[in-house]
Amino acid sequence: MGARPLSAVPAGVLLAFALVLVLQLGWHAAAPPPGVRATALAPPPPLAVLQLASLGDPLALARLGMLSLQADDDQPGISLNLRQLDYGRLAGWLERLLALDPRSEYPLLAASTVYSAVDDPADQRQMLDLVYRAFGADPNRRWQALAQAALIARHRLHDLPLARSYARAIRLQATGPGVPAWARELEVFMAEDMNELDSARALIGALIASGQVTDPHELRFLATRLEQIAARQALARQPRAGH
Amino acid sequence: MTRQAFTIAHYTLLEALRNRLVWLFVLAALLAAGLGALLEQLALTESWQTALALMAPALRLAGAALLAAFVVTSQVRESADKGLELLLALPLPRSAYVLGKLAGYAALALLPALLYGALCWAWSAGAGQSLSQCLLWTLSLWCELCLVAGFALLAVLGLGQALPALATSAGFYLLARSIGAMQLLSHGAAGQHPGPLQRALGGGVDLVAALLPPLDRYTRTDWLLYHSGDSGALWLVLGQSAVYVLLLACAALVDLYRKAL
Repeated sequence: MGARPLSAVPAGVLLAFALVLVLQLGWHAAAPPPGVRATALAPPPPLAVLQLASLGDPLALARLGMLSLQADDDQPGISLNLRQLDYGRLAGWLERLLALDPRSEYPLLAASTVYSAVDDPADQRQMLDLVYRAFGADPNRRWQALAQAALIARHRLHDLPLARSYARAIRLQATGPGVPAWARELEVFMAEDMNELDSARALIGALIASGQVTDPHELRFLATRLEQIAARQALARQPRAGH
Repeated sequence: MTRQAFTIAHYTLLEALRNRLVWLFVLAALLAAGLGALLEQLALTESWQTALALMAPALRLAGAALLAAFVVTSQVRESADKGLELLLALPLPRSAYVLGKLAGYAALALLPALLYGALCWAWSAGAGQSLSQCLLWTLSLWCELCLVAGFALLAVLGLGQALPALATSAGFYLLARSIGAMQLLSHGAAGQHPGPLQRALGGGVDLVAALLPPLDRYTRTDWLLYHSGDSGALWLVLGQSAVYVLLLACAALVDLYRKAL
């Protein structure tokens, strides 16, 4: 069907079209600009509701949830800093998303690397505690997040006993073949940092005796470490001997 | 009858190929690949797993929606053109018509299943993806699409109109995918003693579940991500699909044999 020329359109229709177009443009110009307001993170729904909403594919919902959570501090027209997030709700969401896909390391790595970067120690501890609680359910898969948590406890929170308790949990529970020797040796370094040199020596001895360390390089490294600790202890005793 | 069913299947497939449906399947694959590439950039860790975990369900949903829409619109057009009446007036058993249509749609379902399976394989092959798990996912997607096509055929033969048939097919798909979670919800937490109302509700949901294929156990994303598919999953998908396609075929036959010319 061919098109007729524009002159075939009644003038009244053209005029009405032009008027309504001007009206639309005027309406748009007069309307207030969209308000920028941060929306708070909603509380996480029960796990059963999330499972129902996943339509039989909880993994997809878990990944979508993580990406959505990740974008929560960058809302349209406004960028929030981590301190403005409700860490109680955030921890709840991370736990739910981990329950939807327990084999994923995403929620725990986000907790230990991204959300623990907040400058509020209480919020940091909440994230580290979440990682520690989740670690117990699958230590051989989740040791990386707890090792990261131990380092954050050591260097950001300066809470050596907390860092050592995480390192101890890795040594005792993450015993699978995929866990590297350095992760199990983390407690030794924490004990050294706490100046508990006897304890550090005992730990190295225990690691060697347990047969968990078999690599010759690792064994040599631990032996050197033992010598260094012995030297430090001897140095510490010298002033007392001189008195 | 086999020859007649084969002819009907052949022309059903030919119609789909000439209908540019294949391009829609390809377009869906391209969109999903674009989405995957974007998500891979957004993810902080486990990037290919995150992309695949969202791409695979999107591809599955796109395949099911496009196939169901084609089955329904094709059948409605055939009915409007009086093609169905013409076929039924021929010395042709009605069962040959239903079997031919089902076979044609099953052959058509192979296209998206193979295309999407290949895309998932290509996406993650470099990251150590297992070929056997991708093949299991592809086979399961084909079975799932056959069930969707079979149900859409039954719905359109019974309801006769496009919109109700499409809505019913969508309802069937969503219900079959979520019935497992509904059963868990309706029975309450383990260790609790349910009241009479909850027991009745649980029984009702169990009854509905018994009439549906458990699509939440089909085409699972964790096969692609964690390589957790095994022969048990394969036999469950194959066995359940065979039984349910037969059930759908019988239901469609009952409906078709009752139709007067």
